[in-house]
Amino acid sequence: MPDVTLDDVRHVCRLARLDLSTSEMERVRGELNRIMAHFHELQALDTEGVPTTSHAIPMSNVYREDIPGVSLPVEKVIQNAPDSVEGFFRTSLFVEE
Amino acid sequence: MYEPIVGVEVHAQLTTSSKMFCSCRAEFGAEPNTNVCPVCLGLPGSLPVTNRKAVEQVIRTGLALGCEVGTLCRFYRKNYFYPDLAKNYQISQYDEPLTFGGRMELSVEGRPVSIRIRRAHLEEDTGKNIHLPNGRSLVEYNRCGVPLMEIVTEPDFRSAAEVREYLLQLRRLLWYLGVSTANMEEGALRAEPTVNLRDPETGERTPKVEIKNLASIRAVHDAVEYEIRRQYHCLETGEPMQQETRRWNEAQGITTVMRTKESAEDYMYFPEPDLVPIEPEPEWVEAIRAALPELPQARQQRFVAEYGLPEYDAQVLTEDRATADYFEAVVQACGEPKACSNWVMGDLQRLLNESGCSITESRVSPQQLAELIGTIKDGTISHNIAQAVLPKMWATGHSAREVIAAENLALISDATEIEKLVDEAIAANPKAVADYRGGKEKALGAIVGHVMRQTKGQANAAVVNELILARLNG
Repeated sequence: MPDVTLDDVRHVCRLARLDLSTSEMERVRGELNRIMAHFHELQALDTEGVPTTSHAIPMSNVYREDIPGVSLPVEKVIQNAPDSVEGFFRTSLFVEE
Repeated sequence: MYEPIVGVEVHAQLTTSSKMFCSCRAEFGAEPNTNVCPVCLGLPGSLPVTNRKAVEQVIRTGLALGCEVGTLCRFYRKNYFYPDLAKNYQISQYDEPLTFGGRMELSVEGRPVSIRIRRAHLEEDTGKNIHLPNGRSLVEYNRCGVPLMEIVTEPDFRSAAEVREYLLQLRRLLWYLGVSTANMEEGALRAEPTVNLRDPETGERTPKVEIKNLASIRAVHDAVEYEIRRQYHCLETGEPMQQETRRWNEAQGITTVMRTKESAEDYMYFPEPDLVPIEPEPEWVEAIRAALPELPQARQQRFVAEYGLPEYDAQVLTEDRATADYFEAVVQACGEPKACSNWVMGDLQRLLNESGCSITESRVSPQQLAELIGTIKDGTISHNIAQAVLPKMWATGHSAREVIAAENLALISDATEIEKLVDEAIAANPKAVADYRGGKEKALGAIVGHVMRQTKGQANAAVVNELILARLNG
């Protein structure tokens, strides 16, 4: 597995919407490389024929029935919002993507 | 010569009562942020639980589209930052969808067209943003977490007409299955076509363009047609093209750039750790398959074969399940399929439109309409009078025979009574009589008309004609 490059760090920063300085990125690069070293170890295991696992417990088909319940009162919903109006969260204008 | 290559992605809101992963109501038009809870707001520590009915509705749709049902299906997180999702990821499906590999057969301008369905899977809808002119945006999450079915085709369409026909058929199918209102104005059905051109010889392609902001099937058709033309034009003039998302501008009938895709999207998909996989039991899948209704295309074909209806009638009547059911109930009660079809599509439909009722709310039952058609068949009243009787049945709730008796509308078939009227009519129209005898057969109409006016249309036209001819030729 190749080392984490500064470009990789930049890419991850963009995805995570993090604005790091070059020196911060250098520091993170070192940290990520140490984390990656652990994955290098895992890579040594033979996983041929082992299905992708998203859960440690073998369990499937957990459902709820389609019955409406109680939602939060709107006052609670917007309680922590920095700004709101008539039940809406209000933000500065964001461009439709 | 380049040819158009079009694929379509449809999102349909399902008709569950509650949301996909929490028990908030999944209703349209509630006050802002009143149908939200910690789960759909993505508050820390909240955990989603899958709505069984939503899974069933997607399997139902997949089966109706001829798809296979996955044996191991998983939810994934699609990560992105946008205020329409408070938790910064959408729970969707990735490479293990609920259903995949189906097909829809179409007939477009008399030509058979086969469209491959890549997959029908399940995800959650996003919230709604309102952008104000004063530089602020409003966000509300009632729609966030409403179950959404995504149906993706292979790029098998070669024209805008094919796309339109697909959407018409798909919408009808969703109605029949009862899985979505498929109302495009309310956003319950959203279609996003992807358009590019390909040279079949060299395999060269123009960059793919995805079109958004399409609020009707007509808009989808027009936008695809426009985009095909635009790309041909760019090819001819050498104007550069790039992979991008374009917005349909309904008023101007054009597409404009919305965003370009400089870098490949990176949603960092990974299996949703808060949800366990779905392994649909074969018995469950077979039970869903067994409960599928007769599907609209099959029903349309049967209406032609079994009732001898024209293709057009069969299509209109099978447009929704309730209308087709109503029609079949009328036919069952009185025979006469073509007459039933005319009444259901014509006079009854007019009354429904005027009163804003759906056919299930019709104030005239199929049995009552059948009785009315029966009174024409047995000569009690004429077709014209029947057309006046139906609105009275609608208004009063009375049967056809009750209205006919109460208003004394039965046809006069008594020959002696009609003979008297015929004699009067002949006496009153000497010119028409002379014209008729002079060889103008059309002149007869004036005499028949006279009798009909005298009886307000209640004279049996066949008897009147016969008697007039007997008098004039005798």
